[in-house]
Amino acid sequence: MSKTGFPAAARQALGDTQMRRNVGKATSTIRARRAARVAEVPDWEALRDAGAAIKARAMATMPEQLERLEASVTRAGGKVHWARDAAECNAIVGGIAAGHGARQVIKVKSLATDEIGLNDALAAQGVEAIETDLAELINQLAHDTSSHILVPAIHRNRAEVKLLFEHTIARGQDLGWDITAIAEAARRHLREKFLSVPVAISGANFGIAETGTICVVESEGNGRMCLTLPRVLITVMGIEKVLVEWRDLEVCLQLLPRSSTGERMNPYTSLWTGVRAGDGPEEFHLVLLDNGRTDVLGDELGRQALHCIRCSACLNSCPVYSRTGGHAYESVYPGPIGAILTPQLRGLENAPTLPYASSLCGACYEVCPVKIDIPSVLLHLRGRVVREYKSRVSPEALAMETVGRVFGSQRRYEQAQKLARLGRGPIVAAALPGWSAMRGLPEVPEQSFREWWRSRPARPVRGDGAGP
Amino acid sequence: MSDGREAVLARVRAALGSSPEAPEVPRAYREAGAFGAGGDCATVDLFCERVADYRATVRRVRGEELLGALVTACEQRQARRIAVPAGAPPWTVEGVDLVRDDPQLSARQLDELDGVLSGCALAIAETGTIVLDGAGASGRRALTLVPDYHLCVVRLNDIVPSVPDGVAALARVAAEGRPITLVSGPSATVDIELVRVEGVHGPRTLDVFVVEG
Amino acid sequence: MRVALFITCFNDTLFPQTGRAVVTLLERLGAQVDFPEAQTCCGQMHTNTGYQDRGRSLARRFERVFAGADAVVSPSASCVAYLRENGAGLDGRLAELTEFLVDRLGVEDVGATFPHRVVLHPTCHSVRLMGIGDRPRRLLERVRGIDLVEMGNAAECCGFGGTFSVKNADTSMAMLSDKLCDVLDTGAEVCTAADNSCLLHIGGALRRQRAGVRVMHLAEILAAT
Repeated sequence: MSKTGFPAAARQALGDTQMRRNVGKATSTIRARRAARVAEVPDWEALRDAGAAIKARAMATMPEQLERLEASVTRAGGKVHWARDAAECNAIVGGIAAGHGARQVIKVKSLATDEIGLNDALAAQGVEAIETDLAELINQLAHDTSSHILVPAIHRNRAEVKLLFEHTIARGQDLGWDITAIAEAARRHLREKFLSVPVAISGANFGIAETGTICVVESEGNGRMCLTLPRVLITVMGIEKVLVEWRDLEVCLQLLPRSSTGERMNPYTSLWTGVRAGDGPEEFHLVLLDNGRTDVLGDELGRQALHCIRCSACLNSCPVYSRTGGHAYESVYPGPIGAILTPQLRGLENAPTLPYASSLCGACYEVCPVKIDIPSVLLHLRGRVVREYKSRVSPEALAMETVGRVFGSQRRYEQAQKLARLGRGPIVAAALPGWSAMRGLPEVPEQSFREWWRSRPARPVRGDGAGP
Repeated sequence: MSDGREAVLARVRAALGSSPEAPEVPRAYREAGAFGAGGDCATVDLFCERVADYRATVRRVRGEELLGALVTACEQRQARRIAVPAGAPPWTVEGVDLVRDDPQLSARQLDELDGVLSGCALAIAETGTIVLDGAGASGRRALTLVPDYHLCVVRLNDIVPSVPDGVAALARVAAEGRPITLVSGPSATVDIELVRVEGVHGPRTLDVFVVEG
Repeated sequence: MRVALFITCFNDTLFPQTGRAVVTLLERLGAQVDFPEAQTCCGQMHTNTGYQDRGRSLARRFERVFAGADAVVSPSASCVAYLRENGAGLDGRLAELTEFLVDRLGVEDVGATFPHRVVLHPTCHSVRLMGIGDRPRRLLERVRGIDLVEMGNAAECCGFGGTFSVKNADTSMAMLSDKLCDVLDTGAEVCTAADNSCLLHIGGALRRQRAGVRVMHLAEILAAT
């Protein structure tokens, strides 16, 4: 996180007019598509209720579920590893790759591996990680970072991608303006990798404790390629992805695609259990990753951030995200969910401005398929920032204290109103620095409402005030 | 790393405290069976409509018309050598060389074929989804993945109405440890400008044959 | 019917005309209005900024001030939503103005006349937090002479968000500029809402741009004859 955090990063992002056009257009497109696909499901609200409970149940019984998952994966011929943090996880994955003499690994888009910086860690030991998701490939070729959970290169338009490809994987070719041709260039570039690289790395959308089945949801088929063709498959899964039973998928597989890409179902969903003779990898490793998740779990209200199924509907519906884009959040988890997840994963002191990166409009909560009450968690985290990290003598804390005392008494409040009329006093000082530079501020009227009330000629009988 | 295991589990237990409340899952949504058994006219119509929405081609044929329809489709795509799963029915397609996956074809061999002809374990009408279960006419996973053209035969009785119906029907397959792949239309991406385009790494063309009677 | 008015600190100080309109309107509909003068602020600003102990104590103070009232009405959906969320909804006796008119008094035609082109900004807290539904629209539709028009992206936030508009002023302005476009596109003469906080934000920019569109709280339109 930069020293100044979200406001400054957002300021910089807002100056990038091309990015704003790209993100604004893309988010409004996907919002409309999601709305249409959700509207055709008559039991959507019941599915959301079930989804919320499915995740809450898995969290509440997590030790048991993780042990069940480990047992079922092991029984099916997989090997389960546990990683406390990024370094431990990278070492495990790097060790497996080294054990197979791999110089290259192919990767399915995975936020967890982005979070732990796996690609850099592998590069440090001489292993090249090749991203196979189209957007991840774009970012990798452009030495750029993700700006969206689902479509990590959302900040780029087709013209930018076309030029990028013509300078990298399709050098010397004219790809034209059709996105199909751009996709075809990626297909040609990666096909040989799919057929030859012996080790693949994936994330996981869901891990079913009951059966040991891991689920990856995708569109392009690069996921299927990575999960099926290489000899060795390593899946890095955050511990919060565990589900209790197979049946939970009947809810999650309805909620996720409609919320995410606005499709009834995504093109490909892969479900596999350990290893299967004659079908797919001969070796399967599941790495269960903590890396701060247990800290989130320890906050009773904040832990619902772990319910997230990474659909990105909250990003697309957020008026802040759709203007700043994802980079302003300085995390692999941007948008409203990032604003509550990142500070909890990294520690509030490392991202104290993110809980404030929201107007609390509630659009995120409205669309969340598992009903994460993001506005409430934002407020809760703001409270923690103030209680745990803010100095009691910061200008803001002092102003809040003063205004709080003013509001605590009718007499002080009425005095402050009179001062405000003169453009002075605690109300003006606390509420509006930096405001009037950009929006005109109304003159404080000569007469407050209560003064008018008292001056009314025929005043009705007044009610009993309980008094301060 | 066993110490990692104990450490993570201990942290999870500590984070949850003494008696975390595990809620019951409310199931007020339409569960499996809410639409009947499937295979009826409305379900089949819905399936065909939804598959077509993904820009896959759907052909409804009577049993005796299937092979003719396959011939026509292969001619249109100029597909001459087509893979079929080891456990597929004894299909024959006139003018097309059907290469049975027995012994197993390598990924490179699959890459050189013009397509693959498979059946499926079941299909889901509401979402236009074909479900492959790694056995029988579905074949192993690579088979329906590497070739660029996928012809999939769906029988009326394969079609269930909803996602919960499909998930319920697959519980046994998952318990047996067989891999499952849900296919909804051809390979696609929305990664650029959120415009959906068909065809990246998976089969770029999907032809579905719904066989009646 | 007697009803106590919770005007909110914001309206009391900056928008007294809204309070006067509420009184006019309620008295015209036959209610007897009380104004407990001990009232100050509900605590929303403190809570939303992270000073929740103070926010809660102000909510408790609100409860004490209005403890004796049979019905309490407030022209701020945002403050009402906040109070309810914090257990200070006075056991259902606290109502936002349009709720009070439609649900408690059972009127939609309040006898108003307002011959102008008007656009309604629904406000996030009205719609999403409080669930006000289409009550403001139903009330406006019955106003004589009104030309009520729709704006694009109506449900989208104007960028106010209380402390957000100050802490994240740049982002807030980016949101506001889009909202202004949507307002101006309608050709409305007046932009109205059930909350003056959004209107302070929208109206401030309209004034700065000399846009020729004014903002008015819904109560002021409903009070007009």
